[in-house]
Amino acid sequence: MATAFDIAKMQERTEQDGSVPVVAVENLCKTFGTLKVLDGINLSVNRGETLAVLGRSGTGKSVLLRLIIGIETPDSGSVSIHGQNIAGLALDQMGKIRKKIGFLFQHAALYDSLTIAENVAFPLEHHRREMSRSERGDRVMQLLDEVGMKGDFEKLPSDISGGMQKRVGLARALALEPEILLLDEPTAGLDPISSGEIDDLVLKLQREHQMASIVVTHDMHSARTIADRLALLDQGNVVIEGKFEDLQQSDIGFVNEFLKQS
Amino acid sequence: MSNSEFIAVPPINPTLPGRLNIPLPSFAAPVMSLAEDFFEWFGSLGIFAWNVLKAAVTPPYEWRELIRQLDEVGSKSLPLVAMAGAAIGVIISMEARYSLSRFGAKSMFPATLVFSVIQIMGPIITGLVVCGRVGAGMGAELASMKVTEQIDAIEACAINPYRLLAATRILACILMLPLLTLATDACAMLTGWFAQTLVEPLSFHQFIQAGFKGATFSAFLPQTFKTAAYGLVIGLIACFQGMRTRGGAEGVGRAATNSVVLGSLFLILTDVVLVKFILVVFP
Repeated sequence: MATAFDIAKMQERTEQDGSVPVVAVENLCKTFGTLKVLDGINLSVNRGETLAVLGRSGTGKSVLLRLIIGIETPDSGSVSIHGQNIAGLALDQMGKIRKKIGFLFQHAALYDSLTIAENVAFPLEHHRREMSRSERGDRVMQLLDEVGMKGDFEKLPSDISGGMQKRVGLARALALEPEILLLDEPTAGLDPISSGEIDDLVLKLQREHQMASIVVTHDMHSARTIADRLALLDQGNVVIEGKFEDLQQSDIGFVNEFLKQS
Repeated sequence: MSNSEFIAVPPINPTLPGRLNIPLPSFAAPVMSLAEDFFEWFGSLGIFAWNVLKAAVTPPYEWRELIRQLDEVGSKSLPLVAMAGAAIGVIISMEARYSLSRFGAKSMFPATLVFSVIQIMGPIITGLVVCGRVGAGMGAELASMKVTEQIDAIEACAINPYRLLAATRILACILMLPLLTLATDACAMLTGWFAQTLVEPLSFHQFIQAGFKGATFSAFLPQTFKTAAYGLVIGLIACFQGMRTRGGAEGVGRAATNSVVLGSLFLILTDVVLVKFILVVFP
């Protein structure tokens, strides 16, 4: 088992030369009942890189993100963050890794009894206890400003639209300055203008924070805009992985059909 | 019995050599399925309780959430338990006066009322009222958080949901139930005395003196503090049912119902055990 020193060295190596991927998924399998959702997936993401995971509904894209953050447990295979396999880690050990990961849920998953500002302050209250109340308040306003929601800080999640909820979810995901950003359908259910705004926001944040990102989406336009690489899933496997041009040049029937319908 | 009444139950581990595929009566499959669900439920409850215990005793402690839950369970349940206590006091007063008169033991009325309230009715009524209000509320709140991924979001924020959500709620129930029981007892005795005074005037001072005559702390304290165990049962079952919910709005409704039904059932079963235990330890 890797010691804390080994992990620190591995992280240092990753940051210096990018030789160890920030997120690495190997032979990942997950079954729900009799349904095999993921069947030996291999993927990796480096620092500052964005990978878009595409595929039909029910192909396990969201499950993949939940496995990476450890909310679900794989049947077999491994997920490594900065070279450390997260399998079998206790909840509190896993917590240390999760602090480095920002997660935007498909429906934002904002705490409905808290205001917008309290939602963004939530991770800071628990993990930045050294911050004074005013420092925390300033940080919250700065994050809300980044996502264009500064004016709505006193509202409840039920009082704002789906697109605005996603912006707030994004601000909450960025609160602890993560090294990895996982976005689950950031533009799903949004109108084209709101989708474009979210894409621009993600791109801007990518440029500013140099995070390793995995974006799960159905939206090919959004994937092309924000991702460096794309991976297309079907029947629990990665059918093709590469740049958009690689997908266009592919002669795999499913890839062509997916691109045609997108 | 014809062959059609038998079905083949697949072996638990088909690869295990020497295991026979014995045909079982047709009623066996649903019975085995029920037994499986029963043991699965208790197993999951045990794992949940262990996770909560581990989270509760290790820092960081969620003091702010605990205080919020103490208010939610304690002060917000107070009017309800006070009213329930008041009603129980009047009922016992009317019933006891009638029964005692028949046996010429009217002088025993204050002691009968005080002992009935403190030893029997006060704890169980408080437990059931709190189970109805708090159990349903906690079950529904946590279930709603579960189906809208809010609990997953807490976990994704590197916060232990067992510590933040379950341990604080269960601890609040454990701490507040004895205090609420005292409030129920006080209201029941007050209204019991008041109902008696309307028929036969008796000063409150005389009533209390006669009621507590010969009483010892060991007769009352265990009965009041046993409600901490009720709190554990109510909180644990409500949090467990809420945090394992699946299936949208229907799942939320089911979690709320199960929290109250199972909470009440286990509360009464706990009472049976505790009454026997108290009788043995405090004879």
